Amino acid sequence: MSLDQLVITKFGSDANEEMILNMGPQHPSTHGVINFIVHADGEIMRKAVPQVGYLHRALEKIGEIVPYPGYMPYTDRIDYLAAMFANEGYALAVEKLMGIEVPPRAQYLRAISCELNRIASHLVSLGTMAMDIGAVTPFPYALRERESINDLLESLCGARLTYNYHRIGGVAFDMSDEWAPLCRSWLDHFEKILDEWDRLISFSEIFLERLAGMAVIPLPMAIDYGLVGPNLRGSGLEFDLRKDHPYGAYPDFTFKVPIGKAYGGTKRGAAVGDCYDRFYCRVLECRESVSIVRQALDKFPPGEFMAKVPRKIKPEAGEAQSRIEAARGEMAYYVVSDGGERAYRVRARTGSFLAMGIIEELSKGLMIADLVALIASLDVVAPEIDR
Amino acid sequence: MPALTIEQIHQRLTEKFGNAAGPLAPPKKDAFCVFASPKVVEICRFLKDEPALFFDFLEDLTATDHPKENLIRIVCHFYSYRHRHSFIAKIELDRSNPEIDTLEGVWKAANWLEREVFDLFGVTFKGHSDLRRIMLPDDWVGHPLRKDYTESGGYRGISNIRDNPLDLYLSMDRQVRDEEAQAAAAAAPPAPAAAAAAPTPATPPAPAPADAAVKATPPTPGT
Repeated sequence: MSLDQLVITKFGSDANEEMILNMGPQHPSTHGVINFIVHADGEIMRKAVPQVGYLHRALEKIGEIVPYPGYMPYTDRIDYLAAMFANEGYALAVEKLMGIEVPPRAQYLRAISCELNRIASHLVSLGTMAMDIGAVTPFPYALRERESINDLLESLCGARLTYNYHRIGGVAFDMSDEWAPLCRSWLDHFEKILDEWDRLISFSEIFLERLAGMAVIPLPMAIDYGLVGPNLRGSGLEFDLRKDHPYGAYPDFTFKVPIGKAYGGTKRGAAVGDCYDRFYCRVLECRESVSIVRQALDKFPPGEFMAKVPRKIKPEAGEAQSRIEAARGEMAYYVVSDGGERAYRVRARTGSFLAMGIIEELSKGLMIADLVALIASLDVVAPEIDR
Repeated sequence: MPALTIEQIHQRLTEKFGNAAGPLAPPKKDAFCVFASPKVVEICRFLKDEPALFFDFLEDLTATDHPKENLIRIVCHFYSYRHRHSFIAKIELDRSNPEIDTLEGVWKAANWLEREVFDLFGVTFKGHSDLRRIMLPDDWVGHPLRKDYTESGGYRGISNIRDNPLDLYLSMDRQVRDEEAQAAAAAAPPAPAAAAAAPTPATPPAPAPADAAVKATPPTPGT
């Protein structure tokens, strides 16, 4: 008697039925509180339906209740792993409404703080991705480096995660004289760590075999589903808002935009847009961010770090959208003003929200264990999905 | 092909659809154009397919609520990766019964974005494949991002009202002071003058400076 027959005689023909599994909301690999309803046939998923909203804090509604400057600390909570970007996006949108010109020094401070934050955010993403698929060792190394960034940012703005550093019209604090050498020495140290990281995990044969060719997102599909940032670039589109629609100090810097090129190697079945491409794009982006911070420190201009901003921020009626390249891709704030002290509507478009939308389609035919790698490679963060 | 300006894009639309594409609003920071709602899907498909426009990316789809005009405005931000140009369109819907055809068939990204607008604004997207609430529980009452939304006082027995923690601390202070006064009165020798001067436990002592801030609210012991 074959095994199939044995199963059927023992358990009846129901044994071939679809099994529904709940993954989450409290699951370590979901990077926050997300629930997946997995329709599985054995180890193969028929589909995984994401259920979000567990971290919905009505941040868009709060934006209509508090005055413009008072909303800044709330934006930190949109994405606690990369709070600088949420700060910057909101500040840029209100500045666009008000027509405020930000002084160069403030723009440089914004770029430096954001790029450091991008490295920190990518380190968590890279570390957790390795951990989610079973390599626990790299994660503490990534977190160790992130601690240094937290220390640097703490001495810059007084907070380690929810910075509340950017202001409408500039930044909250200037950089101290000791800070730049400290930052430079850390950058020198970190570049070596990135090489070590590649030796430790990125070029590890087991890791490559595991991720190459998995959950490929072709470019048209990525665009159609609205993927942004490293997820989109991993699928092979060279698009970066810092380069294509530069804002702040970014026109002054030269840097490359890494895109997915089937880094996993074709003999392992890698294709452009697989999990490994998204992973490795982030490693390369860390290198570019290091270079940007160096250039910014070299060219750091003197002057004010805050523009002349009226005490009461009351933009005239109108609406403005700001787009920035955040750690999880394009973050767009859409702010509508009716001429009052409070915004009429604040909308934050985040990368993670739409990255979740693609999972149901992409999970068809994947193994359950691969779902974890897919979520990690998209680098979704629960508070950014739900806002 | 070069990137087009908003005026050029709008001109292309009016050539094709006439009045349905609506006039270009006077630019208040970001210029936009108002689409007539029955033709939205058609116009959007044109925006996406026309080679000179090629808006392949639905960057954002959200809404704003205007109770005074009795309108809900759907706001769409389009972007073209090929030409690197963008366009903003609005669709005005009747606030009492907001309904619009889904854009899911044009951009897949519309699926989740429309679910969010359905959840938070109560706009129905006809033909949507999976129109469920996304942020809030399925049995939630109301649509929170509407301007006239009022909280219904909790959800399934979970209160959304929190006592002011300051009240609790002040009442604890008061309790401690009362107990101290009581102990002092008990320990003191039974001299008639002292007994008369000591405050009775039921009445709180003269308001301390910290009390002054919340004097308007009556003291509620045991909260």
